[in-house]
Amino acid sequence: MQWDIVIGLEIHVQLATKTKIFSGSSTAFGAEPNTQANAVDLAMPGTLPVPNEQAFRYAVMFGLATNAEIGRRSMFERKNYFYPDLPKGYQTTQLAQPIVGPGHVDIDLADGSTKRVRIHHAHLEEDAGKSLHEDYHGMSGIDLNRAGTPLIEVVTEPDMNTAEEAVAFAKKLHSLVTSLGICDGDMSQGSMRFDVNISLKPKGSETLGTRTETKNLNSFRFMEQAIAHEVERQMDILEDGGTITQETRLYNGDRDESRSMRSKEEANDYRYFPCPDLLPVEIDDAFIEDARARLPELPDARKARFKEQYGLNDYDAGVLSGDARLAAFFEETLEHGKDAKLAANWIQGEFSARLNAEEKSVAESPISGAQLGALVTRIADNTVSSAGAKKVFEALWSGENDNVDAIIDAKGLKQVSDTGALESMVDEVLAGMPDQVAQYQSEDDPKKRKKMLGGFMGPLMKASKGQGNPKLFNEILVRKLAG
Amino acid sequence: MSISRADIEKVAVLARIKVDGEQVSALEKDLGNILDLVDQLSAADTDSVEPMAHPLDAVQRLRPDVVTETNQREAFQSIAPATEDGLYLVPKVIE
Repeated sequence: MQWDIVIGLEIHVQLATKTKIFSGSSTAFGAEPNTQANAVDLAMPGTLPVPNEQAFRYAVMFGLATNAEIGRRSMFERKNYFYPDLPKGYQTTQLAQPIVGPGHVDIDLADGSTKRVRIHHAHLEEDAGKSLHEDYHGMSGIDLNRAGTPLIEVVTEPDMNTAEEAVAFAKKLHSLVTSLGICDGDMSQGSMRFDVNISLKPKGSETLGTRTETKNLNSFRFMEQAIAHEVERQMDILEDGGTITQETRLYNGDRDESRSMRSKEEANDYRYFPCPDLLPVEIDDAFIEDARARLPELPDARKARFKEQYGLNDYDAGVLSGDARLAAFFEETLEHGKDAKLAANWIQGEFSARLNAEEKSVAESPISGAQLGALVTRIADNTVSSAGAKKVFEALWSGENDNVDAIIDAKGLKQVSDTGALESMVDEVLAGMPDQVAQYQSEDDPKKRKKMLGGFMGPLMKASKGQGNPKLFNEILVRKLAG
Repeated sequence: MSISRADIEKVAVLARIKVDGEQVSALEKDLGNILDLVDQLSAADTDSVEPMAHPLDAVQRLRPDVVTETNQREAFQSIAPATEDGLYLVPKVIE
């Protein structure tokens, strides 16, 4: 039987505010446990929440960037459940009147097509603390520093039909919130967490099947794997004539396994009611226009500009514009090295490979855009060969030296581009290889000829101590061998 | 309006309150009376009344995003039953 896959996402986005959503406690990452958990966050009796204006501003910016209606009057509800990392016994969230109403985001797919994914709404809420299950004499440890960190939860319509589309949407959303500067996008620290709702229905059927929710996926790779895993699980059950149970599941990416979170289901009676501690929040035109004025260039506009301004192809422009920090790095590189295609290749090649290998973000790169730009300039003006440039890059990365020209001098990487000197080297080498020259000249197949040129390059590079400009050597060789 | 034993038992579980059989019978009667009292409100015609978010006719004041709290962990943890390495300790919670 053929099945249609239906996917909807819920994404928790941690907002990059300095303080919590309802208290003046710092949200800085990495503090000692519970040093940023104060009376309001700990739900001490007699405390009252006061909402953070910046959290509303960021939520409104998100709404404007996703073509959404802004909730001019929004309110908070209490979602009641019992868990020790939630000191109040309820999460303060929005249900009936969220700050961001229906909107949409367009995603680019690998086949070149574009798909619109509708956003049902996005609401403001508070994050919970963290439970540490290492053994503390048979007890669990609770760190409430994260409790009260502002989140927006983005809820999509079930508009995605493949894992590729879901991941493309997730990446687009990541790109949007980091470009807006409302989230640091650091998924390894839980700044963005994805819940995936999946159901299957017979191909072409109008009726949606029973869905399951796989919670707390914190990487694009795990998300893709979890979707494939869940689709297969549901398909096996349905094709054996079984039925899908509506449930929450946990996916273990390291083992590619999932299991039901039954305890969560039993407690799934949240008894929402309006929070009596908080009045309705009214957002006026001035607030919205102020938020609009703060919108930076968004990924779609940036991609179009990269193609237009720097002549990049669609793929390069897409990669370099997607991540705000990578885009800024690219433009910093270009300020110091004008060749956009060369800069794009180096950033997507050597630079990204090294970041990935060392699991570093662009912000943690040991080399700056200015340094890479200086290197690009020296490649473009033929001062160094690409092989020499890799050595310069290594020296910059390891911190051996921070100046491109100084490295080129110190390591003797400067290419010889003086055609007179190169020509006499070619003459010398060719004189010593008469057989190969004769063989080349009697060969008619241009492909084989081209290949045979390589046989001369080795001795030439040796004669020039690796400093001859390979491109010029090549030109001179072809000319001289033609007789 | 009445409340069933099953409702009471479910709410007790959700609220993590231990209620024994006799107490359930007493609560069935007491909570039933309270709900009956509240139920009298449904006699009022509210068709043309917008649901109220809050009894005060006011809007929420927002706070600037400035850190105002300092670390008072020691004071807070002095009243906690168990702490270690700066963490609050609670009975094991693992799924």
